[in-house]
Amino acid sequence: MEMFLDYLWVFLIGGTICAIGELLIITTNITSARILVTFVLVGVFLEAVGVYDYISDFAKAGVNVPIIGFGASLARGAIGAVKTHGLLGAFTGGLTATAGGIAAAVGFAFLFALIFKSHTKK
Amino acid sequence: MEDKKRNEQYNSYVKAKIPKTKPWPSLFNSFLVGGIICLIGQGINDLLMLAFPAMSQQSAWAYTLIILIFIASFLTGIGVYDQIGKFAGGGSIVPITGFSNSIASPSIEFKSEGIIYGICVKMFTIAGPVIVFGTISSIVVGLIYWIISLF
Repeated sequence: MEMFLDYLWVFLIGGTICAIGELLIITTNITSARILVTFVLVGVFLEAVGVYDYISDFAKAGVNVPIIGFGASLARGAIGAVKTHGLLGAFTGGLTATAGGIAAAVGFAFLFALIFKSHTKK
Repeated sequence: MEDKKRNEQYNSYVKAKIPKTKPWPSLFNSFLVGGIICLIGQGINDLLMLAFPAMSQQSAWAYTLIILIFIASFLTGIGVYDQIGKFAGGGSIVPITGFSNSIASPSIEFKSEGIIYGICVKMFTIAGPVIVFGTISSIVVGLIYWIISLF
């Protein structure tokens, strides 16, 4: 039962965040690049003010899978690295924490671009 | 004066040509698809924690995101993700799979222009701003924390 409730929260919160994104698209006609940037910055802000961990505790994938989670790891990485390395951490922390996601996205995109042909858009 | 009139005419023309999306169905579709993508992520994460109990929560999340990115790039390659995108709108853009799609989609589309100028250059047309703003904001946050920690 508890697991079912967990999954329900994941679905509801994840879905709501995506619906907010769609609402932004409908009302302002902004491009997908701007949507992604906006949500990354929201994540950075939430983590920087220390709210993100509380949300993440019960929302789990509902907030970690949307790109908000990517922004939060950027900020978390930078803060953590400043604590251990001082000023240098401000420059190394953010990208270190998100390196896995960026490297995977670039690597797999390159691989599949070599394998697949483009599908003509109808 | 002339310019202003022409601009107004042009703007109304653009407004008439923009495809109209019905707000309620599209909001519901994004909610549904976005929610399902997050559910899949939670499922992968729980399975990883079950299979490798020694793994820390943080690395389990990193693996989860990498697996989701792999799936999204593959679906982009076979042309399925664009179909999902047509149906879901924001539901397919906001999750990390949308970030992955935004890198994979142009690199596959511009493959014909060569590996360097096609795949590698066009790869970052949408993801570039995301990485730039993300990096800059993380530097700013880090600097603020460094300054606070001085006192």
